[in-house]
Amino acid sequence: MSTNEWPLWEVFIRSKQGLNHKHVGSLRAPDATLALENARDVYTRRSEGISIWVVESAHIHATDIDDAASFFEPSDTKIYRHPTFYEVPDGVKHM
Amino acid sequence: MMEQSALFEYVLRMSDDSLILAQRLGEWCGHGPILEEDIALTNISLDLIGQAISLYDLAANLEGKGRNHDQLAYMRYELEYKNVLLVEQPNGDFAMTMLRQFFFDAFRLPLYEALMQSPVEQLAAIAAKSVKETRYHLKHSSEWVIRMGDGTDESHKRAQDAIDHLWRYTHELFYVDAIDHALLADGKIPNMETIQAKWMTTVTSILQEATLEIPKNNWKFEGGREGRHSEHMGYLLADLQYMQRAYPNMEW
Repeated sequence: MSTNEWPLWEVFIRSKQGLNHKHVGSLRAPDATLALENARDVYTRRSEGISIWVVESAHIHATDIDDAASFFEPSDTKIYRHPTFYEVPDGVKHM
Repeated sequence: MMEQSALFEYVLRMSDDSLILAQRLGEWCGHGPILEEDIALTNISLDLIGQAISLYDLAANLEGKGRNHDQLAYMRYELEYKNVLLVEQPNGDFAMTMLRQFFFDAFRLPLYEALMQSPVEQLAAIAAKSVKETRYHLKHSSEWVIRMGDGTDESHKRAQDAIDHLWRYTHELFYVDAIDHALLADGKIPNMETIQAKWMTTVTSILQEATLEIPKNNWKFEGGREGRHSEHMGYLLADLQYMQRAYPNMEW
């Protein structure tokens, strides 16, 4: 198998109703223009979106799964960070 | 010539261009150079089949002999297909397929844009729907022509070889005969010289950007519009028609 492969790109799509772009998957393409065209062909065949972002996967920095304990677990015990201790006045709607 | 039958012939020529090119692109299904491009090629193929269905429906309607789009697509003999020779040429390598597509898209886009103004309402409606698809097809094929031409030595050579081979088939895109003259006189269709000028502008600018050259020779191959096809057409139709010939009127 050739090692000279096209770079990997992550694809984000905003749907008609959605406000933000959501990650939908990845694909390979030689450059950004063709990555957008490939994303259009692979991920919006059934009217899934009205806007596409692509970013080279190499440019994404991710947390390490091994760090999950120190990164995320501490917040599990901080229930006071959730605004659940307030009584909502009767007159307030849409909360 | 009766205007109705001239319009039937005109629409049939367009339908056959779409169907035969779609069939060729469909041959790439599962064989694309990369998964993403495999999907892109078959998407374009499906767009063209959709356009062919609309155009065959219109043609069948104009003919008024009770034939439907399936009968027009699958149950005619080779001499009755009126597509240009360009679209029936074999896929060759990816460069050959993409250059064939580029030459066709650069022709189809200005044609659809002009047909949107046609007083033949159904034809104008089909053009309006198809023009968006075709604009994307041209963008996609142009991008690839630029990248192959201005890419590696090998991709440049393959792209130039494809141009040198296909150029002789491009003149036929602008073929006109009594059918076109009759419809043009009535303002039903655009002037082919205008379409050709737009085609030439697109082709010149993209090939220049791609550092590719237009061949100097002036060979012109034609015949498709009158039903005289290249030796490749019979094999293509055998594939295309097999199911309807073996099991007439089957549906799935």
